[in-house]
Amino acid sequence: MVERELVIVGGGPAGMAAAVSAYERGVKDILLLERDQYLGGILNQCIHTGFGLGYFKEVLTGPEYAERFIEKVKSIPAIEVSLKSFAVAMTSEKVVTYLHPGKLDTVKGKAVIMATGCREKTREMIHVPGTRPAGIFSAGLAQKLINIEGLLPGNEVVVVGSGDIGLIMARRFVLEGASVKAVVEIQKTSKGLVRNIVQCIEDFGIPMYYNHKISRIYGVDRVEKVSVVRVDDNYNELPGTGFEIKCDTILISAGLIPENELVEMAGVRMDKKTNSPVSDKLNETSIPGIFVCGNSCKVYDIVDSVTRDSVIAGKMAAEYIGSL
Amino acid sequence: MKQYDVIIIGGGVTGSAIARELSRYRLKVALLEKEIELAFGVSKSNSGIIHPGTQNPPGSLKAKLCVEGNKLIRQVAKELGVDFKEVGELVVVFSEEDIPKLHELKKEAELIGVEGVEVVDRDWLKKNEPNLSDEVVAALYAPTAGIISPYRLVYDLSENAARNGVRIHTDTKVLGITAEKGKNFIIKTTRGEFFAKFVINAAGLYADEVSSMVGISDFKIKPRKGEEFLLDKKRQYITNHLIFPLPTKVSKGVLIIKTSDGNPMIGPTAEDVDDKEDRSTTEDGFKKVVTFVKRMVGAIDENDVIAYFAGLRPVAGDDFIIRHEDKVPGFVNVAGIQSPGLTAAPAIALMVVDILGKNGLALRKKWFFRRHRKKTEHLFALPFSETLKLIKKDPSYGDIVCRCEMVSAKEVREAIKRGARTMDGVKFRTRAQAGRCHGSFCTTRIMRILSEETGVPLTEITKRGKCSCIVKKDRRDG
Repeated sequence: MVERELVIVGGGPAGMAAAVSAYERGVKDILLLERDQYLGGILNQCIHTGFGLGYFKEVLTGPEYAERFIEKVKSIPAIEVSLKSFAVAMTSEKVVTYLHPGKLDTVKGKAVIMATGCREKTREMIHVPGTRPAGIFSAGLAQKLINIEGLLPGNEVVVVGSGDIGLIMARRFVLEGASVKAVVEIQKTSKGLVRNIVQCIEDFGIPMYYNHKISRIYGVDRVEKVSVVRVDDNYNELPGTGFEIKCDTILISAGLIPENELVEMAGVRMDKKTNSPVSDKLNETSIPGIFVCGNSCKVYDIVDSVTRDSVIAGKMAAEYIGSL
Repeated sequence: MKQYDVIIIGGGVTGSAIARELSRYRLKVALLEKEIELAFGVSKSNSGIIHPGTQNPPGSLKAKLCVEGNKLIRQVAKELGVDFKEVGELVVVFSEEDIPKLHELKKEAELIGVEGVEVVDRDWLKKNEPNLSDEVVAALYAPTAGIISPYRLVYDLSENAARNGVRIHTDTKVLGITAEKGKNFIIKTTRGEFFAKFVINAAGLYADEVSSMVGISDFKIKPRKGEEFLLDKKRQYITNHLIFPLPTKVSKGVLIIKTSDGNPMIGPTAEDVDDKEDRSTTEDGFKKVVTFVKRMVGAIDENDVIAYFAGLRPVAGDDFIIRHEDKVPGFVNVAGIQSPGLTAAPAIALMVVDILGKNGLALRKKWFFRRHRKKTEHLFALPFSETLKLIKKDPSYGDIVCRCEMVSAKEVREAIKRGARTMDGVKFRTRAQAGRCHGSFCTTRIMRILSEETGVPLTEITKRGKCSCIVKKDRRDG
């Protein structure tokens, strides 16, 4: 089995920042595994602006923000990037198994940093009853379809939840010529950034329904309509407040869940509620030498904070390796 | 002319099992399915339980065919390369007063020939099913219960039938049947006319309507909806057995089900509905199921639910209807095949062949019947050492498409080569999109592979045929 000083899983902003930071603190043998065919992670599909204000003091798009780190990573020979490399298992001994077209490899790191990001809550997790037609997407999938694949998922859209991706996608759909009928948020306020509420929803005159929820999805083949109802502070439906909205597409934007199945597999102690490692200290886990950073550690609002804290993860890993 | 000896209407597990059984004989056989893929009707929502035969009244077709099917399915699964696991089932009771009911069930089970059943006590349960709640005082243990993937069984049965000469016509809806006296049936479909000497009606929810086409209208299919909730694969070992409560009049109750894909499943509900297409889920159903199963196994957490769906059982009274219609010679009804239909399917197939033989179909065995089918590989079911061998044979086994369920590009392409035409078809065959992220990450990749393999443009890729397109427009078309 190959042994490396540091193995990093995930080549998005967190993994790249951690790699560069660890290198700058003396780690000279780093393997960075990325499942996609390019580095950058989800930033690649975030073609809107607003990235980098904190970290670079300029306004960048997602791909531009990613590019700065990609160039940095590529300029450092001590960081070996392995693309299309899909980690499938990890042990408490820091042995990572990964698949790659044509090979299955295992690698043991003196330290491991998991920067595996997060996934979106699904329609099932927020319990939206009704049928299961085509036309129900997580906001991030809709973003990928439009921005990466050049495909328009639908023409009449209702957004469920008001997470940032949902808000940004509401605007994106309008810009692509679709009609966004409503954003339906069960809470009193949005979890999204104020700038996104203003720039993506208010500026485009998209109706925003707070204290409302989708009580049912209709449609056999494709989404046909949804029924919406007002709820009280305990999310109970208020009788007589229901109405219907005709639409062919539903976006779910109801929050993110850290993706930590590999660290869980390794035996790291997990907080079941948040799906992140239990730890007193940022980026640390219950297993010394296994670190978690970025959105897999906790869900951040902006990428600049991901970078900031992942730099710390790189430093922590370097110190850990130095202490061995 | 599309002239056949036998035409089977309906490509669920019943129709597919009959098709395979008939393919042993020197006959021209066709199977007609109205949906774009097989198993898209009743079978796709099946729990995948191979029942031991308990909980069916002695003397019923259900009891007889279930016990026989449980024995036959093992051979069928082996020949087709479908995973069958004999996990055993426990029918649990919460009060001492109900223990006599377990003994009654045991007696009934023994009467119909179920082997190995015994009533087990708290100590046995503590040792063998430790997650069971303290409220459970005893259980009926039936070791011959098992699990199988219902869709893969349908696909593999029909694939093997096709390899042995059965013609499979999907997207072919029967519109009308004319019986020419003593000669032929003329079957009018959305894809032209078919002719056959014998017709088998295995049309599931629509069996009553198909039967009416030849003038037999003495039964009605009433859909009984069942909502099922899938848990994360991480909870694979939450139970060791299938867990049942005491059965009620309308159903076997809400269960904790092990599935051959690993994800435990809880459900189903049982609700009579009018609409044969009503597969909607409800908040009530969810609450009911979670509350109920928590009483049996407290460790079940509703946050572990990653997916849910509803299916419709085709109910035609208390028992299966399997009979030759003497008023319409050559027409065989196989209707009302609800639970334990999946288990019974191989036995139903034998019974139907027997009925055909008794009613004038010449049954001559082919000198060569390809009984075996090469097992479909699934990375999620293999140890890494086996995965490595596959990757060495074909590098694209190492190209992962679905990260939650570990499905490779090779498996997706294979599924399409073997008949998948839709996103759901790929999902049922491979499990890609069926995991905890529900296709958020792999949908685009699977659409591309489907498009490449079938030549269908991305805008025409559907979830499950008809108007279920995934996207509306290709922006690059301008």
